[in-house]
Amino acid sequence: MASNGKSSERQRIAQQRLRIIAGHLRKQEEADHIEIAAQECKAESSRTDTAKPNSVPKRRQEIMKWNGWGYSDSKFLFNKKGQAEFTGKRYRLSGLILPSLKEWFEGTFGANLQHKSPAAAALNAGAVPPPNLSESFVEELKATDIPFSHDAEDRVFRSHGHCLHEIFGLREGQYGRCPDMVVWPNCHIDVVKIVELACKHNVCLMPYGGGTSVSSALECPPEETRSIVSLDTSQMNQILWIDEKNLTAHVEAGIIGQDLERLLNESGYCTGHEPDSMEFSSLGGWVATRASGMKKNIYGNIEDLVVHIKMVTPRGVIEKSCQGPRMSTGPDVHHFILGSEGTLGVVTEVTMKIRPVPEYQKYGSVVFPNFQQGVACLREVAKQRCAPASIRLMDNEQFQFGHALKPQVSSMFTSFLDGLKKFYITKFKGFDPQQLCVATLLFEGDREKVLQHEKQVYDIAAKFGGLAAGEDNGQRGYMLTFVIAYLRDLGMDYYVMGESFETSVPWDRVLDLCRNVKERIVRECKEKGVQFPPLSTCRVTQTYDSGACVYFYFAFNYRGLSDPLNVYLQVEHAAREEILANGGSLSHHHGVGKLRKEWMQDAVSSVGLGMLKSVKEYVDPDNIFGNRNLL
Amino acid sequence: METLCTEKTPEPGVFSDMLEERRRTSDLSYALKSYSPQPYKGHPPSSARALHQAVMDSQYLRYITQEIATESREPVEVIREEASGILEEMSHNLQLSVIRLLGYTLNKVFKSVFRRILVNEDGLNRLQQAIQEHPVILMPNHRSYVDFLVLSYILFTYDLPLPVIAAGIPLMGMKLIGELLRRSGAFFIRRTIGADKLYWAVLSEYVRTIVRTGSAPVEFYVEGLRSRTLKSLNPKLGMMHMVLEPFFKGEVYDISLVPISVSYDRLLEESLLAHELLGVPKPKETTMGLLKARKVLEDDYGSMHVCFGQPISVRELAKGRITRSQYNLVPRDLPQKPSEEIQAFVSVVAHGMVRLQERDTVLSPWSLMALILLQNPEGLALVTLTQRTAWLRGLVLKFGAHLDWPAQVSDEEVMSSSMSLHRSMVGCEGARVFLLEAPAPGGEASVSPEAAVFRRAAVVLMCASYRNQVLHVFVRPALVAVAMATTPSTRKEDVFTNFKFLQELFSNEFVFVPGMAAQDFEEGCLLLVKCEALQTSDQQLVRTEHGADTTSCLQAILQPFLQTYQVVFNYLTKDSALVFTERQYIPAVRSYCLKLTLAGELPTCEALSSDTQKNVLNALLRMNAVTKTKVGDQSEFRVNKAAIQRIGDILAGRIPPQSAAFSRL
Repeated sequence: MASNGKSSERQRIAQQRLRIIAGHLRKQEEADHIEIAAQECKAESSRTDTAKPNSVPKRRQEIMKWNGWGYSDSKFLFNKKGQAEFTGKRYRLSGLILPSLKEWFEGTFGANLQHKSPAAAALNAGAVPPPNLSESFVEELKATDIPFSHDAEDRVFRSHGHCLHEIFGLREGQYGRCPDMVVWPNCHIDVVKIVELACKHNVCLMPYGGGTSVSSALECPPEETRSIVSLDTSQMNQILWIDEKNLTAHVEAGIIGQDLERLLNESGYCTGHEPDSMEFSSLGGWVATRASGMKKNIYGNIEDLVVHIKMVTPRGVIEKSCQGPRMSTGPDVHHFILGSEGTLGVVTEVTMKIRPVPEYQKYGSVVFPNFQQGVACLREVAKQRCAPASIRLMDNEQFQFGHALKPQVSSMFTSFLDGLKKFYITKFKGFDPQQLCVATLLFEGDREKVLQHEKQVYDIAAKFGGLAAGEDNGQRGYMLTFVIAYLRDLGMDYYVMGESFETSVPWDRVLDLCRNVKERIVRECKEKGVQFPPLSTCRVTQTYDSGACVYFYFAFNYRGLSDPLNVYLQVEHAAREEILANGGSLSHHHGVGKLRKEWMQDAVSSVGLGMLKSVKEYVDPDNIFGNRNLL
Repeated sequence: METLCTEKTPEPGVFSDMLEERRRTSDLSYALKSYSPQPYKGHPPSSARALHQAVMDSQYLRYITQEIATESREPVEVIREEASGILEEMSHNLQLSVIRLLGYTLNKVFKSVFRRILVNEDGLNRLQQAIQEHPVILMPNHRSYVDFLVLSYILFTYDLPLPVIAAGIPLMGMKLIGELLRRSGAFFIRRTIGADKLYWAVLSEYVRTIVRTGSAPVEFYVEGLRSRTLKSLNPKLGMMHMVLEPFFKGEVYDISLVPISVSYDRLLEESLLAHELLGVPKPKETTMGLLKARKVLEDDYGSMHVCFGQPISVRELAKGRITRSQYNLVPRDLPQKPSEEIQAFVSVVAHGMVRLQERDTVLSPWSLMALILLQNPEGLALVTLTQRTAWLRGLVLKFGAHLDWPAQVSDEEVMSSSMSLHRSMVGCEGARVFLLEAPAPGGEASVSPEAAVFRRAAVVLMCASYRNQVLHVFVRPALVAVAMATTPSTRKEDVFTNFKFLQELFSNEFVFVPGMAAQDFEEGCLLLVKCEALQTSDQQLVRTEHGADTTSCLQAILQPFLQTYQVVFNYLTKDSALVFTERQYIPAVRSYCLKLTLAGELPTCEALSSDTQKNVLNALLRMNAVTKTKVGDQSEFRVNKAAIQRIGDILAGRIPPQSAAFSRL
């Protein structure tokens, strides 16, 4: 371990950081406005209870919704006055009134608060098909003392991810094929035992981490006749050690993002890996899907962050013999694991890079006259390799969406200021309110360097007609990310269904792809009989040297459609076809799962697919890991 | 591809005379009217300057100029200078003030020359819609010099965005007019580009940039040039490919293709056309020539029809035919040879557009009368002409054509009004109607027998041009009728084999969409069944008794072509040398025909048309009965007499075609 001096220094930083976070979470009355933390946007479930390492109980139903996103206590609703509000205490928006949301919602979707489409009130355990148990497996499992359950609720909770069709089905009270039982291993050895038993008794295993999949990866294959066991890694959530000399941490793969960051923060470190799902998604899930974090520009994507992976497969345990930072030992075996989507085994332990917690963070935003200029600016930023921790460009529709989420302004002065800003941008600078778009920025690092970096980026933005538009707009942009999934649940209460999807694409095609995909969605909806034009919007969420990651949202009012789910599936399918036709990838970070499997061969060629299949055949000849993702 | 087939798209709708209102208001107030069209996606049209800059700055042109510089070992600046020069020569410079001036002039001219200009306003409404949604390509047919600016005139009148128009360089050569056209939105293309890589690059980038930005509708003649015979021409594919490429590469969501059919009761340059076909050289397009043509402007030319067809979505057409992802692995800015898939698609689209132009063409009664007059070279009784024309009218309507037959007017009046409009061609003495002879140059009676032949032929070819406007209505059923006549069996399959042979042979003569032989055949059969000339049962085709009149009329329509082809075959197998040059061919065939005529052995005057003569040669080339080799800068043709003999025999029904040999269709 480090010397006493260093250790106390570390503690000092950690203490300071905790004070800062705590400060923000008290809704920052007169807090220092400059020192805003990214964490502010997302929920902090157990911030005071630092002794309790785990935010996810075995019985997820204790704190989470069974048919929607996130925590049971947090949801959007329209109150009796018809005003939107966000319940609970976890988020910055919690308890606030959002006065413009109703108008935006009704105007955008042609929805009406009188027309409700409520979800089934509660999980009807009686309607869940009875479990198909392998008695010999259960018998031997009992002997190991590893906890398990075949309770209907436990099984339903692990039968789905968060694709629209999955949630929509649950709201309608349709459960489909569920895992037949759930096991909660506590450590690597437990997993080894479970996999051995599964092989012995020919039971199908499906690893389950945070349950945030949006690729139908957690759907049980309906054709599976064996007993399906959901292997829930949530109890494997310890940081086993921190190596301060090499700046790595060895962590159990079931830990979820927010716990990992919080625990590391206590020691003055962070991984910097912050996917939008980090409140719920797990380390093992990140590895299995090739996840990407918001701040990858500083910290890298998951494949850049992992130093060592331990995975249990039917053939045995796979891991490397050392922790060298780079090796030339044939193809990197980590890359068989990264993105394997639970088809080869269970990731149990990961050694990850860690970094000291940054001294300073600052949000920012830039308004551009149009999307084209915005993309040109991002491209230039990427070219100069000076991207901040995060830089995202919202299109006009999303900018307006963001505005609809503005909480009630507390003072006359603020609203006066807002009016003035709007006047300046639209009248004085001549920006068309129907064209302008916003880039949100997050800077991180030494205070000095952040300010310098900020200036550099704003200077580039100015060359493309960009105007600095304040920290608040930036922060709200990131907040949107964390509440969007909650908003979808609100939409579904009023006949609005929606989904998001992503791709990555070379720079020269970004504009064409965005335009064509958005237009395709609008046209497909119209053709399929959707009465009101859909919301079809996108943003550029990541920049790379040679391209960008683009994220689409689309949502529409499904009132009057006889089979809305089918319409939605067809539109999404068409949108993906359009992406591929325009040179976009099948997925940047969501993965393939079962939802996008049909395009895998085109995506990687038949030889490529054959390579992957032969690995699967060697590692898991009996298809114990039978979730049938990817291949 | 279904949208390219006929029948699927809506009718042109009601035509209204746009000159009517013009006659009530002054030319000046028309020219100064307010004009604020709704452009594509609300983009204002970009300036000619900005367009020039965008083309010069394009990655594509950078790449090409660099490549040419490397090949030619010249500094890249020189090449870029050259490119800029080409662009300067090419660019349009659309200016509203000039359009107003032009509007003023055209208004005056059109009002004096035409009785009516009939436009389908439904089509214009659809166009307006299309322009706001996607980049639009206007694709008119080209029958007269007059139609060059007529679309701009109409669009200006109806407050729609003005197009930029692809024009041939010769037009630019006309002093003043060239500049005037440039400022009216014309951009100029050299007639022969050949292998000039830089020129191709500049042109294609220029066109693509206009389409990509949607700054203005692009107007071009897919037939490539003005049809001298008034028949549709097989499309040229270069320009078609350029305007479609932005869609293939995903640079625009969709492109709307708008077929436009322009037709005239009487053409301003009718006599000019016939003389060109007979080998009298075309006058150079000069300003003086145009001024001299002022005399022409005092005459009466009846009505002009402009039909704006249903906008065709390229995206719809490409569905399932084009894999756009084929462009994923190479930067889209780099020059790439188009894949076979793309080439085939471009060809089908181009041919399909010509078909749509044909389908929407409004025919005048004179076209039908011309058809009958040509079948009766010795003239016929007016009653018979009236009767036959009325009968033919029933047939073309059954075949789905649009005919401008005045309502509430007796057939006799229609006849006499048409004949008076075309009194330079047709005479009526007593109750007999007959074709006239063209007046001799200088007004004296000509002495040489050759000259007399040409005077006669000039009128026949003029008349044939008007008949040609209606040929597309008949060509499919007529080919089926001919195929049945030359097939010994009545098996559908055998007739189809013959049909395919004929289609292959005549595919320079008439426009057929590649790869659609079976559909064409079915369509032909269907129309024959519809007019009760044919019964189909159990894979047999049987002619009906009372349809004999129809069948023989249809066969007769194609006779001049069948005869001309046989005449040329005869010449090539008997008289001609084994090897001849391109320049020798036409005069040699012409003098052969002349000899036959003087001997009273030429079956049809139409054999004198250089257009048909060229088509025969091209057909033989395509069917490998003639081969072409380049010797220096001349092309040499080598004749395979046996092969031509065989083709002639098949055409005459003496031997059956081998189905496999004609697999192109």
